[in-house]
Parts: sequence; structure tokens; C-alpha cells
Amino acid sequence: MSHALEIKSLEKTYKGGFQALKSIDLTVEKGDFFALLGPNGAGKSTTIGVITSLVNKSQGLVKVFGYDIDTDLEKAKSFIGLVPQEFNFNQFEPLMNILVNQAGYYGVERKVAIERAEKYLKKLALWDKRDDAARMLSGGMKRRLMIARALMHEPQILILDEPSAGVDIEVRRSMWDFLRELNSQGITIILTTHYLEEAEMLCRNIAIINHGIIVENTSMKTLLAQLDVETFVLDLSPHDKKITLTDTDYRVTDDHTLEVDLNKNQNLNHVFQQLTEQSINVLSMRNKSNRLEALFINLISDKTATKKSTKKVN
Amino acid sequence: MNNAIALKSILTKETQRFLRIWVQTLVPPAITISLYFVIFGSLIGSRIGEMGGFDYMSFIVPGLIMMTVITNSYSNVASSFFSAKWQRNIEEMLVAPVPNWVIVAGYVGGGMARGILVGLIVTLVSLLFVDIQIHNVWVIIATVSLTSATFALGGLINAIFANSFDDISIIPTFVLTPLTYLGGVFYSISLLPDFWQGVSKINPIVYMVNAFRYGFLGISDVNIVTAFLVIGFFIATLFTVAMVLISKGIGLRS
Repeated sequence: MSHALEIKSLEKTYKGGFQALKSIDLTVEKGDFFALLGPNGAGKSTTIGVITSLVNKSQGLVKVFGYDIDTDLEKAKSFIGLVPQEFNFNQFEPLMNILVNQAGYYGVERKVAIERAEKYLKKLALWDKRDDAARMLSGGMKRRLMIARALMHEPQILILDEPSAGVDIEVRRSMWDFLRELNSQGITIILTTHYLEEAEMLCRNIAIINHGIIVENTSMKTLLAQLDVETFVLDLSPHDKKITLTDTDYRVTDDHTLEVDLNKNQNLNHVFQQLTEQSINVLSMRNKSNRLEALFINLISDKTATKKSTKKVN
Repeated sequence: MNNAIALKSILTKETQRFLRIWVQTLVPPAITISLYFVIFGSLIGSRIGEMGGFDYMSFIVPGLIMMTVITNSYSNVASSFFSAKWQRNIEEMLVAPVPNWVIVAGYVGGGMARGILVGLIVTLVSLLFVDIQIHNVWVIIATVSLTSATFALGGLINAIFANSFDDISIIPTFVLTPLTYLGGVFYSISLLPDFWQGVSKINPIVYMVNAFRYGFLGISDVNIVTAFLVIGFFIATLFTVAMVLISKGIGLRS
């Protein structure tokens, strides 16, 4: 069975000699929600550029749903929807025209394209702006327009390069919901992002790239399991007591918030028991969301020199 | 993949673009050509007398129409394609399964649409100044279509290489305008000494203007068959160059 995306020994050296990709291997399964993370200049956008044929590769194999981009480029392209990092639509063109023309490039009949444009413009809260020139939109709206545009030919794989850049938290969260919905419909999603919380919340599998090398490629669960210590944030009911916990590190960050660091071999019951004994009620609890960040920093600093063997994910 | 729909989409986009900015694209040629008619036709032309057996105004009308078609076909594709590169919306087509020939044909078709539409407008304006006669309508249609295709291809190649907006004005200013003015728009090259007649025949615009003039007036400084062969040669050459450049991603892909 073919993969949604299969990359083998991919290399890219730009004119001037800069080697952006150094023989990377990557496999993304159908229906996956996949994160491709890395610092600026790591090779994320080059990888996406090669997959979408905006960048000519120097060497290697890229297959999209089994179609080799060297021999079946047009077929491979037909599976992909791309939301690039930079706004790349005609700023003077009305939204409706941008979407309908884009569908036309994929051979979608105009009548069908108009129906789809209406569907996605409404879904992404842009319907009222359909006749406006794209330059009139806010940053968040432009980002949503690019998502709508990428969906016009109903792709099987959606690639989003930094979709949350410059987007406020409200729009970001509604975008996350929409992406989850698309993924639940079977669309494979590949996401690059600087917001590690975003990758942690959305993605099931992850690859980390640095200096053109894949330094980690595994499931999010496996990656997070590498953490020796996990931090929990507890929201407490109002109290006037001095909190004391034994056998664990903790911080009282304000009157009603407690952060507790637990090792893998510790459990929360021990913390709850101690708080109960001190007549302190826990109202709610969550993971502190920088778990992936800690791993990320560790991986890109320690493993860059050592290319890890690619693991098949999912 | 339905290439006909993709081609229609590019053509629609390109046509919508120049119609949306009609004040910049359609009105100026009409005004410019009116000035040519008033100055060169009525004021100066009346003192020149006949040229090629026709009054000067009738003689220059086909050349002026062709000059407008050439300029507009070229500049439409040059500015539209370069803008698409500059705003990066050319990537909309590059990531889609659109064959390269469809991209070339779409942009060239857009340039032809503007060139021919502006040519029609200029023709209507010229009717205010002179009675236009038609010798062979098919020669007129074939010449205007092929000439606009030639210069639309030229504009596309210019835009592929261009890195700034200056780069798309250099060729029209320093190459296209001199060739057009020396291409027999305002005079018959038979008036020139033999040497300069020979030099003029290196200029492809001479063949286009004369073939077009033949369609209206039935006179030409060059053989009509030769004129069509020359135009055909330029179309084939420029199309091949454009296809190679786009296939290799010159100026488009990293």
C-alpha cells in the first residue's frame, strides 16, 4: 500500500553551494496529522518546496500517494493542497476569483468551483468578503483565504507551512478545530510550525529537522514519553494556607496556582492526598504546555551531528 | 486533468485583470492614437500627400493599429507575468497540475485578447478620422492574431528573466519602440536607399506592418507569403524558448 508521502535520500543544494537538505528520509502515512518541526533555516520550507515542485531537488526520491514527482509530477501534484508561509495570492483580485480560478487550474468545472468557494468561504468566515480585493483582508483572514484556496480541488494531503504565523489566538484555535475536522475526514495533514504547543495538540507523528538532517522521526506519544519529568498546573480553590508537599518539586506561582514536577515513577494521587490533608481543593488541572519545547531544544542542540535512522511512523 | 478548464481559467484571470484596470489598459491607447491621427494624419499628413498610392492618413492607419497591438500584447504579458512572479501568485499555477504549455498558452492568450481588443478600439477611433477600406479580411485577422501572439511570447520571455519592474520596461523602450518606428508604420521602406531597405528587412515588424497594411489597402513593401513565414518562424522560436525556460523553472523555481 502506498504512503501519503515517501521521501528517500532527498538532497538539495542551492546555487552558491548551500546544502539545505542532506539526504533526508521521511514517510507520512495516509490520514496522519504530521508535524515537521525545526528552527529557522533548518530545511522545512525547502522540503515542502520540493514536494510541491516549487524547488528543484538535487537528488533523491519523492512520491506522493505512490506517484513519483520525477515521472508522474502532474498526478502527484493533484493530491496536494498547499498553504504556504508567505501570502502568495494576487492582492488585487477578489476572493471569489482567486478561489474559482485556483480550482480551474486543477480542472474543476466552474459551476462546481463556485459551489466549493461558497462552502469554504462560509466555513472560514470569509463569505461577506467574497467580492473584496484580497489586500483588504486582515492577516488572519488572508491566512484563512489560503486554506480555502488549498482545499478548492479537495486534496488528499494538505501541507501547511507555518499556518499560525501572525494569527491571533482566537483565529488560531478555530483554525485548529477546522484542521482536526479535515483530518477526521481522512485528509492527511502535514504541518510546519514554530508554535510547538500547536504541534503537540494537533499532531500524532512528528519529524524534527535541523541543518538539513532529520534528527527525530517518531510518534508524538513516543517523543513525549522521553520526558523524565512532566509538569502539571493545578488550579486551586481560594485558601490562606502555606502549601507543603513532600517527595516532589513544586512552585506556588500565585494564590490559586500550583505547579508540580513529577517523575515518571511518581503519581498524582500522592499530590492530591497531601493537598486534601491540608484542606486545599483542586478545581482543575492541566499539563504545562511546554513539554515539547524542552524536547525540541534538546534534540536540535544534541542530535544535529548524528543523523538518526528514519523510522516508519503510524 | 482537464487542460481545457485550466487554460480557460488562466485566460479568464488574465482577461479579468486588464478589464478591471481598463482606465490604465484600454483608454490610453485610444487617446494616444487620436493624437497620432490629429498630428501626423490631419495636420502634417495633409502636407505630405500620397504614399503608396493612398493619402497619408489611410496609409498610416494599419501601421498605427499594428503598433498598438504590438505594444499592448507585449506589455500585458510582461507586466502580468512579472507581477505574478513578484507577488508569488505564479505559485498557484506551479503547484497545480497545469502543463507548461497551458501556462504559456494562457498568458499568451491573455496578451492577445488585450492586444486585439485595443486594436479594435483604435480601429473604431480611426473611423472618426478616415474611411477604412478592407482588401482582404482574412489577411487582417491572421496578421493581427499572429503578431499579437509573437509579442505576447516576447513579453512572457522578458517577464521570466525580469528581476524588477525596470527590467520589463527596458525592452519596450530600447528595442520595441525603435523597431516599431523603423518598421514602416509611418513610411514605405521603398523610400529608403537600397542599403537601408535591406537593413529594414531584418526588422520583423516590417513584415507584420506590411502584411497588415496589405489586408487593408492591398499594398505591401514585402512579399505576403514571406511575411507570414517570418512571423511563423518568430512564433515557433519564441514559443520553444518560453517552453524551455518554464520547464527548467528559470526565474520561477529555486
